[in-house]
Amino acid sequence: MSFEKFGKIGFISETKVASFVKHLEDGKIMATRCSRCGKLYFPPRADCPDDLSTDMKWQQLSGRCKLLTYTTAYFAPTGFRDDVPYTIGLVECEEGVKVYALLSKQIDEKEIRIGMNLQATPLRLSDNRITYELKKC
Amino acid sequence: MGVTIVGVGQTPFQRNCGINIRELCFEAFKDALEDINLTPKEIDASVICSAPEYDKQRSPAGLISEYLGLAPKPTFYAESLCSSSSTGVRVGYSFLESGLHEIVAVIGFQKMSEISSAEAQERMGRGADIQWESPFGTMMPAGYAMLARSHMKKYGTTEEQLAKIKVKSGKYALANPLAMFRREITLEDCLNARVIASPLKMFDCCANADGASCIIMAREEKARKITDTPVKVAGIGAASDTLSTTSRANLAGLDCAIQAGKQAYKMARIEPKDVDVAEVHDCFSIAELMAYENLGFCKPGEGGKLIEDSQTYLGGKIPVNIDGGLLSKGHPIGATGGSQIRTIVNQLQGKAGKTQVSGAEIGLVHNIGGIGLYGNVTILKR
Repeated sequence: MSFEKFGKIGFISETKVASFVKHLEDGKIMATRCSRCGKLYFPPRADCPDDLSTDMKWQQLSGRCKLLTYTTAYFAPTGFRDDVPYTIGLVECEEGVKVYALLSKQIDEKEIRIGMNLQATPLRLSDNRITYELKKC
Repeated sequence: MGVTIVGVGQTPFQRNCGINIRELCFEAFKDALEDINLTPKEIDASVICSAPEYDKQRSPAGLISEYLGLAPKPTFYAESLCSSSSTGVRVGYSFLESGLHEIVAVIGFQKMSEISSAEAQERMGRGADIQWESPFGTMMPAGYAMLARSHMKKYGTTEEQLAKIKVKSGKYALANPLAMFRREITLEDCLNARVIASPLKMFDCCANADGASCIIMAREEKARKITDTPVKVAGIGAASDTLSTTSRANLAGLDCAIQAGKQAYKMARIEPKDVDVAEVHDCFSIAELMAYENLGFCKPGEGGKLIEDSQTYLGGKIPVNIDGGLLSKGHPIGATGGSQIRTIVNQLQGKAGKTQVSGAEIGLVHNIGGIGLYGNVTILKR
């Protein structure tokens, strides 16, 4: 079970949180919560730096979120040049954690507003790859 | 005891320099030693600074130290992306203050044309968290664009205000023979330029360049033998922030710059209003505007008004980047901090020519690595 199928372009294959991808394939976006101090992490992490605990539990995010900021890129790194323009967003989930992802191409750039409600949703890509995106509610 | 800067040097910043990295560094080194009473043999340590993803040479410190005639003195490599040479100056400061060394050369360089544009394009995407953010096609302009968007929403900052920073940059670059772009840009040119990552357009962004800088530092008691006009390192601050955007608390400013600034002001026992001239890290127009606020030159949210009122021009409340800044000079990553320090040293020594701030006593350098990842603030005194 490896992480390498995550994202349009992936750079990481080995990680303690590789099962994030399995959950994503099951339609769930998961965060991790430290069993000792209770802190919730997204992106998920396997180790809590606050108390050095490695006892972490998976917790599903509802996906309900608000847009904090965004940009529409007309210039892109390798692997994304055919996708421009695309909009990168940073959202805050109702659970308090933040998610960095692309906004769905179905959202018109003119409609995008800081503060708008969005839904973080798993998204299957070609070549059996998988990611998540931000859709309109 | 104190730490001083006794010599500064820089090559032209340009698109394709056509020489190798050791030759590039030699030019900056020679320029730094030109007007001072010091031979390479008297330098007892060197710190070489660059961002290694642009270098073909592994461990460039050894190569460069040999070419400058500095072996067998120890040489070290310092890296903090775009603030590598400010980090080098911090390392140099520690060497001198601890008494380990007496005279240190800090050489920053980058030959960004060393790799192909395809390779550069590939590396560009890996400046973010490669596990959780690079898979979404991010890059440097996008990161700063998201901060710009957030700043606009929070404070009402406008694209015109950002454009005015580039207009200022173009005006002063005319007087800087080492700058890559030496032409004035109108507000209309800025606003009509193609979008890179909204709301940032072409002239809101700096350009890659080749170049090198050199800062010669010495313990205070050695300084007077080397030059009549040593400049004192009065305050030096450094901080970091999270690499991942998802962990950032502040989306309308750089906390690492605020922290580094506070440390430097405290150490130098001065306040922001005491600064006569400043160089700030304007890799993007929004970065300069946030720096005004983060360094206390104005209140949070008033950066747009500060540039609109021309208060950061020569003759204004606080002249900023009156050598053209990164926006016009170009940004050869590892050389940039040294170039900023060179500008301020020249100002404090009264050698800034047409852009001299009359009677400048205290100068400040703000140099950032990554998207607000590494913050460095250095305060220099005549």
